[in-house]
Amino acid sequence: MLQGWVILLVSLAYIGLLFAIAYYGDKRADAGRSLISNPYIYALSLAVYCTAWTFYGSVGRAASSGIGFLPIYLGPTLIALLWWFVLRKMIRISKVNRITSIADFIASRYGKSPALGGLVTVVAVAGIIPYISLQLKGISTSFTVIWHYPKIVMPAHVDVPVSSDTAFYVALFLAAFAILFGTRNLDVTEHHEGLVAAIAFESVVKLLAYLAVGVFVTFGVYNGFGDVFSKAAAHPELKALFTMRDTFHSWVWLTILSTMAILFLPRQFQMAVVENVNEHHLNKAIWLFPLYLLIINIFVLPITFGGLLHFPDGNVDPDTFVLTLPMVEGQGVLALLVFIGGLSAATGMVIVATIALTTMVSNDLVMPVLLRWQALGRAESSDLSGLLLTIRRSAIVAILLLSYGYFRLISESQALVSIGLISFAAVAQFAPAILGGIYWKGGSRAGALVGISAGFVVWAYTLPIPSLAESGLLPQSFIESGLFGIALLKPYGLFGLRGADPVSHAMLWSMVVNVGGYVIASLLSRQSVIEHSQATLFVDVFKHSSEGDRSAARFWRGSASVTALRSLLGRFLGPAQSEDAFAQYARQHDLNWSQKTEADAELVDFAEKQLAGTIGASSARVMVASVVKEETLSVEEVMDILDETSEVIAYSHQLEQKSRELEAATAELRAANEQLTELDRLKDDFMSTVTHELRTPLTSIRAFSEILCDNPDLERDQRGRFSGIILKESERLTRLINHVLDLSKIESGKMEWTLSDIDLREVVEEALTATGQLFQEKDIQLEVDLPNNVPSITADRDRIMQVMLNLLSNAIKFCDSKAGWVAVRLKIKTDIMQVDVSDNGPGIRPEDHDIVFEKFRQVGNTLTEKPQGTGLGLPICRHIVTHFGGKLWAESEPGHGATFSFTLPLKLQATDGERVGSNGQSQI
Amino acid sequence: MDKYHRLKGQRLTALFLIGCLLFNYPLLLLFSTNSAIWGIPILYVYVFISWAVLIGLTAIVIETRK
Repeated sequence: MLQGWVILLVSLAYIGLLFAIAYYGDKRADAGRSLISNPYIYALSLAVYCTAWTFYGSVGRAASSGIGFLPIYLGPTLIALLWWFVLRKMIRISKVNRITSIADFIASRYGKSPALGGLVTVVAVAGIIPYISLQLKGISTSFTVIWHYPKIVMPAHVDVPVSSDTAFYVALFLAAFAILFGTRNLDVTEHHEGLVAAIAFESVVKLLAYLAVGVFVTFGVYNGFGDVFSKAAAHPELKALFTMRDTFHSWVWLTILSTMAILFLPRQFQMAVVENVNEHHLNKAIWLFPLYLLIINIFVLPITFGGLLHFPDGNVDPDTFVLTLPMVEGQGVLALLVFIGGLSAATGMVIVATIALTTMVSNDLVMPVLLRWQALGRAESSDLSGLLLTIRRSAIVAILLLSYGYFRLISESQALVSIGLISFAAVAQFAPAILGGIYWKGGSRAGALVGISAGFVVWAYTLPIPSLAESGLLPQSFIESGLFGIALLKPYGLFGLRGADPVSHAMLWSMVVNVGGYVIASLLSRQSVIEHSQATLFVDVFKHSSEGDRSAARFWRGSASVTALRSLLGRFLGPAQSEDAFAQYARQHDLNWSQKTEADAELVDFAEKQLAGTIGASSARVMVASVVKEETLSVEEVMDILDETSEVIAYSHQLEQKSRELEAATAELRAANEQLTELDRLKDDFMSTVTHELRTPLTSIRAFSEILCDNPDLERDQRGRFSGIILKESERLTRLINHVLDLSKIESGKMEWTLSDIDLREVVEEALTATGQLFQEKDIQLEVDLPNNVPSITADRDRIMQVMLNLLSNAIKFCDSKAGWVAVRLKIKTDIMQVDVSDNGPGIRPEDHDIVFEKFRQVGNTLTEKPQGTGLGLPICRHIVTHFGGKLWAESEPGHGATFSFTLPLKLQATDGERVGSNGQSQI
Repeated sequence: MDKYHRLKGQRLTALFLIGCLLFNYPLLLLFSTNSAIWGIPILYVYVFISWAVLIGLTAIVIETRK
């Protein structure tokens, strides 16, 4: 026997157990040993998807369409495979931005727009209320059925007064339940760990209850699956259910609808995203959750056919087969277990859905309005946390009463599944804005507003409004002949579309206007700065969140005082929680509040996110803006900050350029180093050569001096000869030293030049006069060719003379010893004068033409022949000529004498930077 | 995402496409006949078994370590 009080007692005991679990879960969370932090609890909490619809309604739908109940579970199985991409991204975004509801998510993505948050809330509430009323119907029907045990009595379709309606008390009871469970904490981003634990437990209970009744029917009443179906096959009307009953597009649309529902139903968002404690739990849920769906559906078909075989006359609603089958078999305890399972399924949904909706209503509908109410916004001292709680609790009651109202109006006449599908179609309107929002940066606020509102209007016009007409609340003609009698506006055949069931029809048109509106309005509108930055934060969340939570702060510039932020947070979170938050921030950033008065961007961002966790992103933004002096960033600035990629590219370009510069510098340094080494080597060479050159005359001077010293009675003429040698060698030594000094002066740039206007012809003649003695001594034939008038040039007379003398003495030294011949020519060319000194000596080999101008390089065999000069004369000459802007070179063929030529420019440009005027005076 | 995660994502996407094919019209119609296996309509057997296989493959993909 199943007494009424037993049913009530067991139900209350069960609810009590749920509270105990929730309480324990919260305690464990406070103690830091989370009960729910594992993937199994997470997957079970997702099974809040299976509601009274699944528990009672699946069988009801299978009774009319066979396998047609399954797309609702196949869709989630399929999309679960893509959770890896989609849901993971949504979870990450929500964690980074402290998002608390689907309205918050959409509003936040599109520039924290309060209008959008409000719109999404309205759509969600309007869409979910039928769903909640479905649960009320499920509980009250099952309660009525089991109350009459062992008689099978269907709930009467007659108007009962509200005061004696079971569903009304169920609604009130659930409201109290939701308030106790859901509004204990104010910060909705704080996980409701106790709630999640209770929901997971409920998922286990409903699964076990369903399996129990399934096993009982399949193996207790019948002899296994084959037996049920074989018996059913005997009835042609049942056998018809063995094949596909749905049309192609209703099957496909149901699958698509359920994929969207599992992602975007507010309660699924709450469980999968907001209550997720660890992103990695998602991985296991990808296969555990579909497994749960598979198991809970295994017995749907046997129960359906069992029920249809047991109650062939159709006076038992197939939606109640799960309960009535054990009852008709006299299994009171099993029936009670089934009732508890159904209660679990329904209460779980109602609690989570109302909490999710309440968060939206208070944060995205009520709060923005209240915050615009000046008196409240400005009253600095008032603590708003109490008000927030009141708003939430009132919203819970209001939502449940609205659901009850809907139930009273129309649900009684409709099957569970068709009510639920209206809700699915409503939340599907969020899909374009959310999916577009997390993968397409171009999606704009205008696009989301247009898409969602257009989709919502079409949804309302094609699903809930005609269902009002079906229930007799609107004239039936609305369905049959369209609005104002316009056939194109028939709610089940919009624009003449025929042949689709109402849900497919509504989905087709609402998605067309929704996606179309979203895309077109996005393409036509310009994003504001904040929309642009939010779009990037959402789409690139995996890129940005790896840098920590700071990315949002980059888009903010302004000033605020810490005190103002602190008191703002205190008003909404309550002083204690606000102090906790600030203390935590200080710990994380290692700072001392007494020293910090100005809030930086990061702190402002932190405060805004704390606030967003309590009152939603758009309201939080409004509130923070009220205490903060914000500088608006221009679009260009945001673009600069945003274009992370281009920034990185630019940075790497810079790096590349730097490294190229570095390489160039290194190469220069290496070259300089080589030059230095070379110079060092040259200096060493020079030193050793000079020393060597000095030692030769010194050695002979010393040797002859010793001879003279050791032999005082040396013969007179011999002594004279030796003294002569010593004298000559000393002169050579002096000359050598003079040359070395000259050279080092020239090379180090310390040479003093005395500039004057000189007549080159005069200089040449003087040089010839000076060497005339030598020509005569050696009997050398001299040929001179000088023009009569030569223009004067500016140079150092003595140095040019030195060059002339050197060239002449070389010519004398090297010309043919028997028939010596030397020619001196002076030529005037356009801008230079050229002096040639030719001899008929042995000549110089072509490869030695340059070598003769190197230091200490004398052509000829220096080992066998006594050196005839210092080896420095020609290098010095070349330096001098070069200094005055001219050139000195040798031309020769071996055996045909040599010609040394030098040029001097007519208009002299001093090479060391002095400008020499025409008057010959140096102008420094 | 590293290479290992990308590979996993690609495998899951492939399973998704396979699932879309399995639970859709042309294939479902093939099994929409009056024949039965162990007394169970073949359409039901097909849907539940391919569903179970798909979940099994998903579990293998998810749980396979590097």
